[in-house]
Amino acid sequence: MKNRLRRKLLYLAPFAVAAIVIFIPTANTQPPTIRHINLNATQFDYTPGRIEVNQGDEIILSLTSTDVVHGFYLDGYGIEQRLEPGITREVRFSAVQPGKFRYRCSVSCGPLHPFMIGELVVNSNLPFWRALGLLVSGIAGTLVYLWHFGGNEQ
Amino acid sequence: MTTRIDLLAAAPRLKVALKSRLFQPALQIVTLFGFTLAILTGIFGTPTGSRNFGIVFVWIVWWALLIIIIVPLLGRAWCMVCPIPAPGEWLQRRGIVRRTPGQLRSRHHRWPRRLKNMWLQILGFLTLASFSAIILTRPQITGWLLLGFVLAAVGLSLAYDNRVFCRYVCPVGGFIGLYSMMAPIELRTRDCKTCTDHRKKDCVTGNAQGYGCPWMVFPGKLQRNTYCGLCLECLKTCPKDNITLNLRPVGSDLFVMGEHRLDEAFKALIMLACALLYSVVLLGPWGWLKQWANMDTFAHWGLYVIAFWSVNLLLLPGIFGGAVSLSRRLARLQISFRQLFVDYAYALVPLGLAAWIAFSLSFVFVNGSYAVSIISDPFGWGWNLFGTANQPWTPILPGVVSFLQVGALMFGLLYALNTAYRIARHHVQDHQLALRAALPTMCFLVGITLSFLWLYLA
Ligand code: SF4
Ligand SMILES: [Cu+2]
Repeated sequence: MKNRLRRKLLYLAPFAVAAIVIFIPTANTQPPTIRHINLNATQFDYTPGRIEVNQGDEIILSLTSTDVVHGFYLDGYGIEQRLEPGITREVRFSAVQPGKFRYRCSVSCGPLHPFMIGELVVNSNLPFWRALGLLVSGIAGTLVYLWHFGGNEQ
Repeated sequence: MTTRIDLLAAAPRLKVALKSRLFQPALQIVTLFGFTLAILTGIFGTPTGSRNFGIVFVWIVWWALLIIIIVPLLGRAWCMVCPIPAPGEWLQRRGIVRRTPGQLRSRHHRWPRRLKNMWLQILGFLTLASFSAIILTRPQITGWLLLGFVLAAVGLSLAYDNRVFCRYVCPVGGFIGLYSMMAPIELRTRDCKTCTDHRKKDCVTGNAQGYGCPWMVFPGKLQRNTYCGLCLECLKTCPKDNITLNLRPVGSDLFVMGEHRLDEAFKALIMLACALLYSVVLLGPWGWLKQWANMDTFAHWGLYVIAFWSVNLLLLPGIFGGAVSLSRRLARLQISFRQLFVDYAYALVPLGLAAWIAFSLSFVFVNGSYAVSIISDPFGWGWNLFGTANQPWTPILPGVVSFLQVGALMFGLLYALNTAYRIARHHVQDHQLALRAALPTMCFLVGITLSFLWLYLA
């Protein structure tokens, strides 16, 4: 009887940990700032290729293109802008969602166009840490399971 | 030990349909039509990949369907409907639907024994992968490549009996075979004793109802999905009604220890390495790497290819080999290194499939919408057949992709950990010692998964 209870608890433990990892509320510690960022598009990448900001920051992107017409599309935020060479376009938004979001070219600009990708990381990148926590609790759960009950198999 | 549900016993209508000689060719005609269109649009259509049917329907639509849905759920079912070997097979048989009497028409050459394995498929895959940035983005090259596949298949079926192309050459066939081991579906005999007792073995020789197995497999001994192309000829020929399709626990084939082989082990390793490398090169923010892969200069591309092949054949197998030898020492195993290397490599299969799913998810949601406009204008010539040609590119739920990726990787990893343990258990009776023996492989699996997580989310 007692054994069974322990068994159940063991089964449940990883799920409990996983639930905590997913639903735990977290507060952002960094004070929000305004960030001016110059982002240039060429065939077939963006400079810089990676931008890191903090959640809550106000982002002002100055977008340019140096060769052909490119585009800028930001996953998760749904922002889109067409970039003609020589013209600077400004995009303003506040980084409300944490995580990693790819920005990609939205105007067909040559063969590697579909792979013209950069990344915006909004720290503290909660989705990543949550996924990591989930993974770790999954691994721990599997190991505990195998350790305790593997012997009974077969 | 394991539970199976006999699908054909449960669904007699399905059985009637599958036994019909019309079933396979009817589907092949459909895919052959799409395939021909892909070749034509590739060669004659617009050079802009994202406006070309050949690129979008082959590398986005077909690829995603194959790796996210067909292989994980139905195993080799694609090979049943695949258009590539169809013309050659029909030529060999001098017929499409009807079972034509007599032998297959070919030169009946013998396929060299040394090539009766996956190595050619491994080489083929790595070679194509070395050019992937070019193939994936140039319609013309995709078009010629697809045509080349059909011609190779036809050529081989003129020289050799049966589906030599599929079994030993097709680079796609290699990985479908590998990952079909994960599928919850299998074609098997109902009772193997019936087969041993059956002298005539119609499934091998063929009879008036159908041909002998085109995949050169003896269904009576079938234990894994890897080399069964689900053509269902044996279902038609077996006079004892001994063939069926089963629903089974996912990944059962990984534990058929007697059939583990070095070529398959390497296939598992390189497929994992390729998923990782593709994620770095094609999805990463490093433009210069893409340029190298895209052959901006020949020297850059050369370096890229050297690095690519080294990671595939040396680096990752090396690290994995290190883990295997550690496991041997930790548990004081008496089994040869080679055997252990091969056996543990099967624990990479679930993770590899998950990694390919995660990789494919990243572009199918983002770029899937190209298909909508292209269906109206397959050549990119300004047609508007169904009125959808001007549908703009709209990424679908790009925010959801990473959740799905984490889910896939999580499932793949946990299943792989369990696989590593169970494989260890075959060598070591003692359960705790087995866990220790599996630990280095598990660390390897965790390390790979973390790299994916880092690439996709961090
Ligand atoms: S092995 Fe290749 S050519 Fe043969 S059916 Fe499968 S995918 Fe098609
Ligand atoms: Cu661009």
